[in-house]
Amino acid sequence: MRLIINGETQIVAATTLSQLLTALEYEGEWLATAVNGELIHREERDDHALADNDRIEILTPMQGG
Amino acid sequence: MLELYGTEIPSRLLLGTARYPSPAMLAESVKRSQTGIVPVSLRRETAGGRNGGAFFEMIRELGVRVLPNTAGCHGVSEAVLTAKMAREVFRTNWIKLEVIGNHDTLQPDVFALVEAARILSDEGFEVFPYTTDDLIVAERLLDAGCQVLMPWCAPIGTAAGPLNLSALRSMRAHFPDVPLIVDAGIGRPSHAAIVMELGFDAVLLNTAVAGAGDPAAMAEAFAKAIDAGRQAFGAGMLEPRDMAVPSTPVIGKAVFS
Repeated sequence: MRLIINGETQIVAATTLSQLLTALEYEGEWLATAVNGELIHREERDDHALADNDRIEILTPMQGG
Repeated sequence: MLELYGTEIPSRLLLGTARYPSPAMLAESVKRSQTGIVPVSLRRETAGGRNGGAFFEMIRELGVRVLPNTAGCHGVSEAVLTAKMAREVFRTNWIKLEVIGNHDTLQPDVFALVEAARILSDEGFEVFPYTTDDLIVAERLLDAGCQVLMPWCAPIGTAAGPLNLSALRSMRAHFPDVPLIVDAGIGRPSHAAIVMELGFDAVLLNTAVAGAGDPAAMAEAFAKAIDAGRQAFGAGMLEPRDMAVPSTPVIGKAVFS
């Protein structure tokens, strides 16, 4: 499947958001996900099916002012 | 004590977490500032979230509240989605709402700011809007559900200090019961003392500390200046006069000629 993940096009085998995070080796609970501009809560990731050309954002904490 | 959205905060300094020379220096600066609130942000990360996770674990160990921001957002939908993602990560309804309208000045787009503030307030967020010193915009933000206002005193990162004291005074006078936090433009402790003497409730700063030669020492200096300014405001200051007034009484002075 072709996805745009944090702005970069990637071909992945994952079919759900949870599988994608595992495949990309994201760890820990401090991250947020959005698909096509909509927040996908952590408890929804297992059931959230991905589709070709979905735009995925995966954000984590960083320093801010 | 400072109260923000029903939460009592022991310090009147909000200290940003960006641009420090090292994580250790950030931690030391937070400790010496005695701040109770630190702004944080969200970004894309390629290292599987490990860097961001490590940063946030360090912040949690410092025992301070976090104030997530929407820094860098340029429109309503981008800011709203970023706020929602921040709530997902940081598990707080607090959001420092930034909607930038100009790349050079980082001036807030106040029209988009008001719209985003209304959407987020309706969804249960407790919004800390980064705004200008415009009174009408401030009123609109309050109408939108904000219970705190965060006007700039100069553009972000300029260290210029308060550029329009008259506007800041007006803001304090117009909104006597609204917590007002000066956000952006502070360069040195005397700037912070000035706005606290005007009766502002708190100061949010970052670069002035992180960019100092000794950030931890500067953090402590700001804490002292903010305390001094607040105490002076409460103590009641003299107004400037045109003519001299002798401080030593003249009654009983010897006459030699």
